[in-house]
Amino acid sequence: MRTIAIVKRVLREMLRDKRTLALMFIAPLFILSLMYFLFQNNSTSVAKIGVSNVNTSLVKALKNKHTDLAAYGDHANAKTTIRQHNLAAFIHEQDGKLTVTYSNSQPSDTALVKQALQGGVTKLKVQALVAATKTQKRVLQQQAKVLKTVMAQQQKLQAAQGTTRGQTATVGATTKPKAAPNYTVTSHYLYGNADSTFFDTFLPVLLGFFVFFFVFLISGISLLNERTTGTLTRLLATPVRRGEIITGYLVGYGIFAVIQTIITVTFALTVFNVHMLGSVWLILLINFLLAMVALSMGIFISTFANSEFQMVQFIPLLIVPQVFFSGIITIATMPDWLQWLAHIFPLYYGGDALMNVATRGFSLGDVSGDLWILLLFAVVFTALNVVGLKRYRRV
Amino acid sequence: MTQPMIDVRDVAKRFGDNVVLKQISLDLPAGRVMGLIGPSGAGKTTLVKAILGMEKVDSGTTTVLGTEMPNRQIMQKIGYMAQSDALYETLTARENLRFFGELMGVAGPALTSSITHVAQVVNLTEMLDRRVSAYSGGMKRRLSLAIALIADPDLLILDEPTVGIDPELRQQIWAELRTLKQHGKAILVTTHVMDEAERCDELMLIREGIALAQGTPADLKREYTVETIEQVFLKAGRLQDENHSDR
Repeated sequence: MRTIAIVKRVLREMLRDKRTLALMFIAPLFILSLMYFLFQNNSTSVAKIGVSNVNTSLVKALKNKHTDLAAYGDHANAKTTIRQHNLAAFIHEQDGKLTVTYSNSQPSDTALVKQALQGGVTKLKVQALVAATKTQKRVLQQQAKVLKTVMAQQQKLQAAQGTTRGQTATVGATTKPKAAPNYTVTSHYLYGNADSTFFDTFLPVLLGFFVFFFVFLISGISLLNERTTGTLTRLLATPVRRGEIITGYLVGYGIFAVIQTIITVTFALTVFNVHMLGSVWLILLINFLLAMVALSMGIFISTFANSEFQMVQFIPLLIVPQVFFSGIITIATMPDWLQWLAHIFPLYYGGDALMNVATRGFSLGDVSGDLWILLLFAVVFTALNVVGLKRYRRV
Repeated sequence: MTQPMIDVRDVAKRFGDNVVLKQISLDLPAGRVMGLIGPSGAGKTTLVKAILGMEKVDSGTTTVLGTEMPNRQIMQKIGYMAQSDALYETLTARENLRFFGELMGVAGPALTSSITHVAQVVNLTEMLDRRVSAYSGGMKRRLSLAIALIADPDLLILDEPTVGIDPELRQQIWAELRTLKQHGKAILVTTHVMDEAERCDELMLIREGIALAQGTPADLKREYTVETIEQVFLKAGRLQDENHSDR
């Protein structure tokens, strides 16, 4: 009964605050759209390479869809040419030695050039090898011919000598050189398809992050307002239970979190046509749990803030690190101590579960471990909040 | 006489080294208005919060309606008006009243009629559906008082109820308090408006956490041989300071 009164009040206050509503429901769509376009074409970057005095066959070998080659004079200076023409790298050949100067202002371009260079050099080596084999073959065939004539002369000689040594030496390149196998590649994708982009992979994590971030901020600040305006004290001068206040908050803001998730997920699925392998309901459930953690954490953290500004100060401290450990950066390749650190952040579990469900089609059972831990976070913070309210009233 | 509405026994409270309340005792029977007067920082609000069970005391006991505080159930029978207006600004006055009414356990038609009644008492009937953010300071004060009255409590605890309220409305509010008193409610009021002090049945002077004097306004004036409560207050303060310098 009292919980319902608090839920109603939270909903009413939110509905009156149009800007906060817009922030919660429209801001995620805006950011998602922006990211969609940003990460759509991540495979078309082209590195400009300057070459000077480089063997034409190598230049040919370096050409691929990620490189754009331009030739410069034999004595062009690497550094100035790179600066003048905004090149990713400059390659100079002298006495069969290649000197490569990278601009390295864009490490991804450097990687492209290195890749092209390695590929080109390998290609050349293979070509050289094939050419060498061909020459050898020709030499062998010539030798065989010579041998044949020699033997024919010998046979004639032997025949003339009247000996019948019926030995025939058959020296011939009967083995045809094997043609280079002409592979045709058929690709199968375990998760997603050939069109999968960065966006598809990280969308589920982004969804979780939005829910976490906005719910944390809004619930934290609204409880902080209750503290600073004295309404919290006033509330506790009624027979309301401390648990009822916290539950009212959880339910009230939980409703908004669910609406937010539904809007963002629907938007992503229909407008961007994102592939989601697992159940959408499971995605909603994970987001709901994340919202509960964010809510209880926001309320708890607001205890340590004396103003909205101080509440915002917790964002770089508590929210930004969570992004790093949410799965956007591969956690398995992190140093041990960072991997260990990742485990203290709720978004680590949320991101893991969301990614597995959305891109690998995991079921509820597969991600239950993550969900239990999220639930534990929410329960612990909620309990702390209920106890924390004792500061305002002893019962 | 029936059991007192409030019974405070030897309550002491300190915040760190700062002693806020020193061995304060007080009792308030039903049908009486008690005024707590004293300068700001004297410990009035701390005493009020101790009575409500919202502030932990170091020693002593506070009993309300025969139940030792803190007790959550008893809160239902106390109408509390805090010193600062604790209102939800984005909600209308009616929504604020309804919300606090529901928390106090009033519901349905009883709540609706109660809202109409208390709005009349504080003269806000016309403005009930306006948002509190559009209210003036005095209107907010009146709404806070209306919220304290919403559950028709047996005991009213009002912390500076008439600050920022114009004299005419102040008369009106005191008239209502008198009516409530006649219906057997007990009222505890903190104030530093001296003419309000005169209207109380009983007064307690608090200064530096000590109860300097206690009694009816007439008794106090006689005791200190002065004309007004204001002079009682000043004289009691002077005497307290002299005692200090003696020590």
